[in-house]
Amino acid sequence: MDYVIQQTVNALSLGGIYAMLALGLAIVFSIVRLINFAHGEIMTVGGYGVFAATVFGLPIPLAVASGVFAAVFAAVAMERVAFRAMRGASVVSLLITSFAISEILKVLFQNGISARPKPIQLPAALSGSYEVGAITVGVIPTISIVTTLLALLGLTLFLRRTETGMAMRAAAEDFEMLRLLGVRADRVVAAAFALSGLLAGIAAVMWTAQRGSVDPLMGFFPVLKAFIATVLGGLGSLSGAILGGFFVGAVEVFSQAFLPDSLSPYRDAIVLSTVIAVLLVRPDGLVPAVKVDRS
Amino acid sequence: MLSVTGLDVHYGPVHALKGVDIAVAPGSVTALLGANGAGKTTALMAIAGARPVTRGAIRFDGRDITGMRAEDIIRLGIGVVPEGRRVFASLTVEENLAVAGSLAADKAVSAARRAAMMERFPILAERRTQRAGLLSGGEQQMLAIARALMAAPRLLLLDEPSLGLAPLMVDRVFDLIAELKAEGLAMLLVEQNVPLSLEIADRVAVLANGRVSVAGTAAELGESEAIRGAYMAA
Repeated sequence: MDYVIQQTVNALSLGGIYAMLALGLAIVFSIVRLINFAHGEIMTVGGYGVFAATVFGLPIPLAVASGVFAAVFAAVAMERVAFRAMRGASVVSLLITSFAISEILKVLFQNGISARPKPIQLPAALSGSYEVGAITVGVIPTISIVTTLLALLGLTLFLRRTETGMAMRAAAEDFEMLRLLGVRADRVVAAAFALSGLLAGIAAVMWTAQRGSVDPLMGFFPVLKAFIATVLGGLGSLSGAILGGFFVGAVEVFSQAFLPDSLSPYRDAIVLSTVIAVLLVRPDGLVPAVKVDRS
Repeated sequence: MLSVTGLDVHYGPVHALKGVDIAVAPGSVTALLGANGAGKTTALMAIAGARPVTRGAIRFDGRDITGMRAEDIIRLGIGVVPEGRRVFASLTVEENLAVAGSLAADKAVSAARRAAMMERFPILAERRTQRAGLLSGGEQQMLAIARALMAAPRLLLLDEPSLGLAPLMVDRVFDLIAELKAEGLAMLLVEQNVPLSLEIADRVAVLANGRVSVAGTAAELGESEAIRGAYMAA
């Protein structure tokens, strides 16, 4: 029983990171119709942001802020430099652009920083664990879960209560109509990228805190899982992305924890098979996106 | 106030508008009539900056707005009530208005206008927390008009506001248009309902196959058979 609870904590912690990444992808996709393959590099930039701060010996809160800021900056800069010029281009052109950015950034990290992982020193207090009754719970997974919940709550409030948030929801439905109300497209798109960068930055901080290092491919694998989560949840659907993220995290953790060791090489295959099974039953994902399509 | 001269619009290989001239005088209503596919919606969307113009000039208050971005054109004082209403279905009535009011520099101004809309459209006040997608067609049309009015435009572009509405609702929409006209708002009205349009419009232009086939004052055209002929022909 204790083991189950511990694994549930791990599943929520990992799922939360996937959920934040998937949400960032979904926000951008819902508005710009861009499947951003460079999202992983935004997360990696966040990781290097944390690393840079620790190199300069800055305290933890500043390192966290540095990681998050670096990711937001990377996301906004990416939109401004690469994607703005491509506005209105086909989904395929946008996709290829994002591949190009992703590759360029990876090479820059490898040659400019290092191809090998850079260790990040964290205070010992963070890597510890605490007891709840008979159950041992890690400090970092706990922080990770709480942060994820706060981030999701904050995002919901932002989308519901602020004019920018409402404009983003409206843009996801019918961007042209929003512009026909005089709302500036550039601002809404920039806000969407900033938000996706913010979520990727928070995810990057959680990820580096758990792994203790950052490398050029750091963002690649988690974002790959996040892609799967967005498709599973329903491409462009925000609640679907969250659900998908937690689902993928749970399947990954539980298949590792409860399946016999002989099956562990097949872990990713198991995750993906589950996804395919779900999509066979619900081809538009768990929570299909609302979208008015106009030619 | 609005003058469109020699407007050409292409959709890929399709030459949708060919040298179209339209004018709206301050405080007046111009009706743009024509059969389906004649190019009425295209003309309206081109004026709003949402369709690329190949040739010709669009002037608003003497200023050339040809080729400007939609959001910048709207900000000059043009409101759009599009074909099919296009309310944001997953947003509440109030949120639909709030989004449209976000270009008011002052939050208080936006809130005051929202309150004025709720007063003007009691149905919307009743349903303010409901999702717009749950409203009836007539209610959605009211919301679409209220949303366009949030920015206090000086010219309103209306695309088939009576389409798909029950007769009672059609009357209410046209009453509202008459009210707005009485308040001095200039309008370009795209419509299928010819009798009601002739009643409310000062000037009329009839589009057929992307060209203006007949144009004149509503009084002139109301008398003639030409308008019926042109309307039915295409």
